[in-house]
Amino acid sequence: MGSIGRAFVVLATAACLVGLTACGSGNDGTTLTLYNAQHQDLMRTMVDAFTKQTGIKVELRRGGDPELANQIVQEGDNSPADVFVTENSPAMTLVDRAGGFRHLDQATLDQVPDQYVPGTGNWVGFAARSTVFIHNRGKVTKDELPASIMDLAGPEWKGKVGVAAAGADFQAIVSAVLAVKGEDATATWLAGLKRNAKIYANNIAAMRAVNAGEVPAAVIYHYYWYQDQAESGEDSRNVDLHFFGHRDPGAFVSVSGAGVLAASDHPTEAQRLVNFLTSEAGQKTLVDSGALEYAVSAKVPTNPALTPLAKLDPPAIDVSTLNGPKVVELMQEADLL
Amino acid sequence: MRRAGSRPGYPRPLLLACVLVALLAAVPLFFVIGYTISTGWTEARRLLIRPRVGELLVNTTELVIGGMAASAVLGTAAAWLVERTDLPGRRVWHVLLAAPLALPAFVVSYGWVSLTSAVEGYRGALLIVTLAYYPLVYLPVGATLRGLDPALEESARSLGLGPWRTFARVVLPQLRPAVLGGSLLVGLHLLAEFGALQMLRFPTFTTAIYDQYLSSFNSPAANMLAVVLVLYCGVLVVTELGLRGRHRYARLGSGASRTAQPARLGWFAAPALAGLGAVVVLALGVPLVNLVRWLVVGASTAFPAADLATATATAAGLGLAGALCAVLLALPVAWLAVRHPGRIGMLIERSTFTANALPGIVVALALVTVSLEIVPAVYQTTTLLIVAYAIMFLPRATVAVRNAIAQAPPVLDDVAHSLGIRPVQAWRRVTLPLIAPGVGAGAILVFLAVVTELTATLLLSPTGTETLATEFWSNVRDVDYGAAAPYAGLMVLLSAPATFLLTRSARRGS
Repeated sequence: MGSIGRAFVVLATAACLVGLTACGSGNDGTTLTLYNAQHQDLMRTMVDAFTKQTGIKVELRRGGDPELANQIVQEGDNSPADVFVTENSPAMTLVDRAGGFRHLDQATLDQVPDQYVPGTGNWVGFAARSTVFIHNRGKVTKDELPASIMDLAGPEWKGKVGVAAAGADFQAIVSAVLAVKGEDATATWLAGLKRNAKIYANNIAAMRAVNAGEVPAAVIYHYYWYQDQAESGEDSRNVDLHFFGHRDPGAFVSVSGAGVLAASDHPTEAQRLVNFLTSEAGQKTLVDSGALEYAVSAKVPTNPALTPLAKLDPPAIDVSTLNGPKVVELMQEADLL
Repeated sequence: MRRAGSRPGYPRPLLLACVLVALLAAVPLFFVIGYTISTGWTEARRLLIRPRVGELLVNTTELVIGGMAASAVLGTAAAWLVERTDLPGRRVWHVLLAAPLALPAFVVSYGWVSLTSAVEGYRGALLIVTLAYYPLVYLPVGATLRGLDPALEESARSLGLGPWRTFARVVLPQLRPAVLGGSLLVGLHLLAEFGALQMLRFPTFTTAIYDQYLSSFNSPAANMLAVVLVLYCGVLVVTELGLRGRHRYARLGSGASRTAQPARLGWFAAPALAGLGAVVVLALGVPLVNLVRWLVVGASTAFPAADLATATATAAGLGLAGALCAVLLALPVAWLAVRHPGRIGMLIERSTFTANALPGIVVALALVTVSLEIVPAVYQTTTLLIVAYAIMFLPRATVAVRNAIAQAPPVLDDVAHSLGIRPVQAWRRVTLPLIAPGVGAGAILVFLAVVTELTATLLLSPTGTETLATEFWSNVRDVDYGAAAPYAGLMVLLSAPATFLLTRSARRGS
């Protein structure tokens, strides 16, 4: 082992030296740091298209919506991030309220329909996704389907519905319930879910469990099902979709946001990236990526496999009112977190 | 006054180095204490006195007690069969029984949960953590059994005790430190375990802290749960110290002890073989076969060779750097403790062990805030990640280095001095070669731990840095078992040779 010990020390020293030189060498040209709470595959595809078009490189740091949003707020002026991209809007609102964003270029704001832009003009929506109730075909019949997401708190759903409580997606759905129904009704509903729900790590795990019949139903976003259908269908073969519609909070359409940080050292390049994400070229990359999220640009037709957004009849919610921290607090009080 | 083998007084530079190491190791603990005080009683109460925390406490306790007990029974029984009986193929069994050490718990969990979701929940979690962690009891108990003087047992037999009662009244008490020490390690690992339990949907404090972190980054809610977790670890460490007792276990008398006569198993050999076989199949067979199955499935869709190579190089590089760093920090502490025994040396050595009671998630939470608010220059850097590894795995390095130094007689230094070699040269030419094997073993231990570290790496790694563990995890999170398989396989490949070296040296050595 003596020679092993020596070899080890030599190797370790070499590794440190390599590490140091790697850290020391500067990049030519700008590299943007993107705090990415969106799906890594989708953002890599979109960012690669951006780099191809502009030559600006982008590094991705992955995390969840509220995790990265709170991180940006705690980092304050020291934040290494230039651009922040989320899956849902409450995290954008959190950063915006803390003064973490720069005002976006007018050209960028003009590319995006009004319902996806907050009043502040400090961030924009660049993708959208719809809440959906999924159920195992053999376990829940058509006439047993709930009319509203609020029904899931009732005793008939005990042990029968899966949710990814710790995930940003489900927390965004709760924020919609909060926006539509108010705090008291939301607290009661969450208490019912605590009794009824089986908790999963994320939407995919929940869908897989529904498919396997481990839980009869779950609340997730639409694209998990469409993605699986487009691939093998292995995890969604027995799963049917049920959109609540009728402006129910369960018909909530969530907006993925993008914004430029106030702390960014490369604001010009960062503005270009957000502009690209919402441009015709960027939106086309989104639609072609296989992510099966909805594009927000009026100029780019959505993937024909999806139910058109207009038919989903979502509740009218101002994107900048969704309150993430309040949701976390309510969920802690309901012992779901 | 000068004692034999020790140098007069404390050399200033050594003492200074030791104090710095102790302070660094205690940063997370100071942070947790400071955070608790600044949060205040009202807020702490709101976050802690609620049913969810009770639920986590029950889950965590059930798992820790169950896992420790199951590992103790399984590890001790297996060690006795391999070391003290005429079981056929004992050498092969030894390798097979120690091998699960090379499988990180979250890989075992992955192997099972990707096969059947029946392992979700408490029973499955208990089964899987026991299969993953029993070697922590098996190895030290095996080593102790090998070193026991059979004379005591022979005396007991000659005084009329049967084989079972001899085992219970003579052998078991002598195994107490090894069983307790090994079980304590299992308990601490279980308190810190994240990946394996998250996959099994069995929430404990560590997984809940991570969920809180996801929902609100570094928040009071996460840190208050961390305080409870640290207290829990502390209770475990103190209980073990108390139970270990003050008995003396070393053999007295001159000469070497004989090798023990192996017990005849007779008709019991068949069930014993079946039992060990079942353990090996469940702990190694199921996860590995399933891993290979997913490798085949995954390779048919995509095989990201470049990503795999980068992640492997990153994990190995971080492992080497973390090992070097931990060993360098351990050297002065161990040196002081062995060569200058006394209250200060002991105090400093003990203080570096606080990391044993600090799960990775707690160390990471502390370092995120400390770096952000006090030393922003190291925030999200590789340096900070390596410091985290060094703090977390310092106890392992210290124990190994300390044992090595204790076995290098200081009189040899004196001889070298008397022959006219300068101190630095004497250290290099005499002491270093003597302690190199032990230091190397310590380095390997840290390397193994870093290569499969997940929790702290998730929170602290610099933007764009992905290790085998984090790539594996992000695929598992998306339930993409095929894509996760090559990363798991590479972790096992990286760990296997080092684990083999360690178990071999454990068998030859102690």
